[in-house]
Amino acid sequence: MTGYILKRLLSAIPVLLGITVIVFAIMALIPGDPATAILGSYATPENVEKLNRDLGLDKPLVQQYFIWLGNMLGGDFGTSFSLNRPVLDEVVERFGATLVLAGTAFVLCSIFGIVAGVVSAANQYGWGDKGITFAVLLGISIPSFFLGMMMILIFAVKLKWFPVSGMWPIYGDRDLWALLRHLTLPAIALAVVATGVIARLSRSAMLEVLRQDFIRTARAKGVHESGVIWRHALKAAMVSIIPVLGIQAGFVLSGAVYIEIVFQWPGVGRMLVDAILKRDILLVQGGVVLVAACYVLFNIAVDVAQSLLDPRIKT
Amino acid sequence: MSGFLKLLARNRLALAGGIVMALVVLLALVTPLLPLADPDVTNTGARFQPPFSEGALLGTDHLGRDLLSRLLWGTRLSLAVGFAAAIAAATIGAAVGIVSGFYGGRTDNLIMRGVDMLMAFPYILLALAIVAALGPGLLNALIAVAAVNVPFFARNIRGITVGLAHREFVDAARLSGLSNARIILSEILPNVIPVIVIAMSTTIGWMILETAGLSFLGLGSQPPQADLGSMLGEARSALITNPHTSVVPGLMILIIVMSINLLGDGVRDALDPRLKSGALSRPMAATRVDRRGPVPESAGQGLLEVQELQTQFHVKDRVYRAVGGVSLHVEPGECLGLIGESGSGKSVTALSVMGLVASPPGVITGGAVRYEGEDLIGAPYGRLRDMRGRNVAYIFQDPLATLHPLYRVGDQLIEAIRAHRPIGRREGQARALELLKSVRIPNPEKRLTDYPHELSGGMRQRIGIAMALANEPDVIIADEPTTALDVTVQAQILALLDDLRRERGLAIVFITHDFGVVAQLCDRVAVMYAGRIVEEGPTQAILERPLHPYTARLMACVPELGTGKRRLEAIPGLPPVVDRLPKGCAFAERCTRAQPDCRKGEIDLYRAGPRAVRCIHPEAPLQEAAE
Amino acid sequence: MSIALKLTDLSKSFAVGRRLFGGPVGHVHAVHPITLEVPQGETLGIVGESGCGKSTLARLLVGLIAPTTGSIEIDGAALDNANPAIFGKRIQYVFQDPISSLNPRKTIRQIMESPLKRLHGMGKAERDRRISEIFASVNLREEFLERYPHEFSGGQAQRIGIARALAAQASILILDEPVSALDVSVQAQVLNLLADLKAEFGLTYLFISHDLAVVEAVSDRIAVLYFGSVVELGPAEEVFRAPRHPYTKLLADSAPVVGRPLKAPEQKGTELPDPLNPPPGCAFAARCPRASDRCRAEVPRLEAAGGTTQVACFHPLT
Repeated sequence: MTGYILKRLLSAIPVLLGITVIVFAIMALIPGDPATAILGSYATPENVEKLNRDLGLDKPLVQQYFIWLGNMLGGDFGTSFSLNRPVLDEVVERFGATLVLAGTAFVLCSIFGIVAGVVSAANQYGWGDKGITFAVLLGISIPSFFLGMMMILIFAVKLKWFPVSGMWPIYGDRDLWALLRHLTLPAIALAVVATGVIARLSRSAMLEVLRQDFIRTARAKGVHESGVIWRHALKAAMVSIIPVLGIQAGFVLSGAVYIEIVFQWPGVGRMLVDAILKRDILLVQGGVVLVAACYVLFNIAVDVAQSLLDPRIKT
Repeated sequence: MSGFLKLLARNRLALAGGIVMALVVLLALVTPLLPLADPDVTNTGARFQPPFSEGALLGTDHLGRDLLSRLLWGTRLSLAVGFAAAIAAATIGAAVGIVSGFYGGRTDNLIMRGVDMLMAFPYILLALAIVAALGPGLLNALIAVAAVNVPFFARNIRGITVGLAHREFVDAARLSGLSNARIILSEILPNVIPVIVIAMSTTIGWMILETAGLSFLGLGSQPPQADLGSMLGEARSALITNPHTSVVPGLMILIIVMSINLLGDGVRDALDPRLKSGALSRPMAATRVDRRGPVPESAGQGLLEVQELQTQFHVKDRVYRAVGGVSLHVEPGECLGLIGESGSGKSVTALSVMGLVASPPGVITGGAVRYEGEDLIGAPYGRLRDMRGRNVAYIFQDPLATLHPLYRVGDQLIEAIRAHRPIGRREGQARALELLKSVRIPNPEKRLTDYPHELSGGMRQRIGIAMALANEPDVIIADEPTTALDVTVQAQILALLDDLRRERGLAIVFITHDFGVVAQLCDRVAVMYAGRIVEEGPTQAILERPLHPYTARLMACVPELGTGKRRLEAIPGLPPVVDRLPKGCAFAERCTRAQPDCRKGEIDLYRAGPRAVRCIHPEAPLQEAAE
Repeated sequence: MSIALKLTDLSKSFAVGRRLFGGPVGHVHAVHPITLEVPQGETLGIVGESGCGKSTLARLLVGLIAPTTGSIEIDGAALDNANPAIFGKRIQYVFQDPISSLNPRKTIRQIMESPLKRLHGMGKAERDRRISEIFASVNLREEFLERYPHEFSGGQAQRIGIARALAAQASILILDEPVSALDVSVQAQVLNLLADLKAEFGLTYLFISHDLAVVEAVSDRIAVLYFGSVVELGPAEEVFRAPRHPYTKLLADSAPVVGRPLKAPEQKGTELPDPLNPPPGCAFAARCPRASDRCRAEVPRLEAAGGTTQVACFHPLT
């Protein structure tokens, strides 16, 4: 098993390098001059040229890439001009907030999605199935940002059960209770779409598995129906559900961008959108590379989980 | 195509989605012709008018622009962008996927590495990076959304193509002289297109959401032009004071995406052939019972007694009479062979005993199954479950498919015991070991911790037998247990079953299509054709002197080892389909002895002594053969 | 009698697995070098159990995969590049699963036309005439031509598969388990049809099957395949009646025969050797009751063993 994890980690290296190449290449496409963006349109040509030299932008692209890559490996992601702060510090701080939000949403959507899918499949064509199917359809059709706004309107403004926005109260203690109160609405709004997708997929994976011969064998042995569904069928269905969880983690992370903006959550997504609008390229590059790298590591964890579940995967 | 539309229209939800979608598209198309206010003219004096105001049906926004007009123009834009993105992503993705999957090898490796790389990004990061590079704008948002979806399409289509490229009809096309390009166009593409359409119809809604999302972030359509996303984005600051400006575009997105998703699901169901036949129904815990006629009285014959059993498959408006009134019985220590071709109903008969026929579509519509006189067909599920594996156990055909792939075989054995009596871990292990020894598995200690895929076919079937023996049942129903095995392995499994039956006094119902196997293993044999038993009697007697013409002809067309090269006696024609059974004898159509009276009406199973035959013109007189 | 098909040291090995860096983990020899001649008009039966390499051999013979070593000669002409379009005119393939060998989205006419158009460049009128002729000889009604494959039963679909192979006008047909997917009553129909076609068109057959009785009933000679090698080759009426190789005997004793009491034949285990790590000597030695030390060290070659039978065994049965 250790060997397998090591092998997967090694094979992630080219993927990570590829990510840096793609990010760098896309950013190199940007029309116009970063120096002008930094200094504003009133800058003198001399100042622009000096800044370009300081930033290394007068060198050939390939050389620029390797300098950038080398700096990153050394922990230097550059300095954000719009925030006047090292990129790494900013991204790490913001990413922490995103992880709290997206992590909670991911746990919610995994549990509720799988349970809803199993219940739905086990009662195929029954009322429970119809209800869940309709809820799922609604869930995957509603834009998460619109849902978030409506939740603010109803649960924060009208009913005043939860705060309107932010991660922490402006006054008062920053304790777990305060965090949970702030977290509830955005986490639910973020989880809804992924819950729908996971429920849908779990349902069809379960239906597929329930028709297999080994389910008939379990029944022929006299196993209780609950055991057939939750032990035999769900375990086999997890083989196709787990990869979907990996993909949905990416979708949750992506959806967090909207939710962070709607709920004023101080996460990395909001930071990236601001940085794009301000053309703060180093911040965009650093943010994208770091988040993508974390996602790659997460997907390795998913693969490892899959190999633990399924002995047929060669480790 | 018309079949497809019919299927689609039959799905009421899809139809509703289609109608709503058509209305929205129609509205978007005629928007320029409608007498609407200019969507971009501001009038700050009349800002935030509530809905149903004079001159503004849905009210106005923060700059006093007419919301209805903006909504319709925005819908137009959102639809156009969403569809364009979906088509672009599907076309490019499918092309990449087909090439990669068809050529395989290095090409495939290279392309899929690239796809993996793109999929290593949470998609929004890639979209944001692309928009950052190209600059905010609706067209750039479209490019970004299409680009991040290409890998999903490519991977999906590649998977399908790889499966197709290894199918036999592609080999056949190669041997017919087709070039690779032609094979892609004429063999692969027609089979992939439905998948592309399904993938597109199920992701189009999502793409509309995504482009709306980018506009919502201010990275898509730029003012004053507005799609639904940017309308929502602009309205956000006034969410609390004037919620209607947010609700109007938000609801519109919801309506569009929901109707597309409904329609998309309908398209998927109509195009997916597996769904067409209703095959994706989940089998219930026990076969549905819908007995119309009276329950036959027990004749008190045998340990397990099947009486006038009728099992049907109800598929849409068709009724397949898979088992049309079968009676048989088996005594302790006896082996009864049930022989027939595919579709004769032999397996369905066997599975009906413990309610294991997949339902839907299976329904038991008549007869009784008695174990020690107790009727099981009418028994509640709890009673049936209690008897499964404890009194009547099954051995199935394909030992790889019938064992759970993710549990160790030892645990599967222990579970079989635990389903009927609580035993501890240690006791369970000991019992499982004992079972493996009794089916003569070498190194049983080591095998307990193996997974099914680590065993050979013969070993797996031994596990299947051990599992059937776990609770020391009186009756074992073996449904073609050696058909999937090699001949040298088959001989060993048969010998094992024969020994077990003699050692333990088991009653075995052995289902097969092979006369050789029946001859070696079974005491009595029942021959099935088109859902009925056509002949029954002691094995030796039937083999020596078959009475039913079908039995005789069937035996004649099976080549027998040791008789050298020769011409075989074929039976002309095909067995009847069990949803259109002919009146009278089902075999009459193929029978050389058939007379007009064979086709007149129901033919009984005539009995004399140990023998029985369902024929009025048998090969030899029944009475004579019975002596 | 002329030689229709000649194989010289034909073999195939596949690379298995991939290290993180460098080459494959190992090679699996699916087919060990085979040298064989099939005279014009003969039916050569090839029997073997799963994993013996019979399907790989079939695919080699029609050029769907390229051989690792050796050569194939058809009617005296060497075919050395694995190009199915060239092989197709001389040698054709009838597949095991009749339904999946027909493209579900093409009509039977479209399927039938491909070889006529692509291999022989026939015009429309000529194609129609040819198709009518072929359909008549395989007893299929011409109205089937406009239908799609899913509308046919297994037996009918297999007739269509045979008709397609005939359309290529090849003189040799590789029949890869052509009746295994069919019911016994239909099986006999197809086997008899094959025999009639052979007589009518002077074809040469390679009939691959796992069913000993079927192979015996249709073949002139039989080759027994074990673990990628021919272990015995002889006249059909001899091979199972008087087997020379212990494996052939095991096969013959295992087949269920009416009137023979049920008894597991003598053998030690049923496992095939590990293909990634084959034993140095005879592949059957571990299961063989007659194996000696020599068998475990040295690979026996296929040699004449009295009469017309060839056997690859150091201790053949008499």
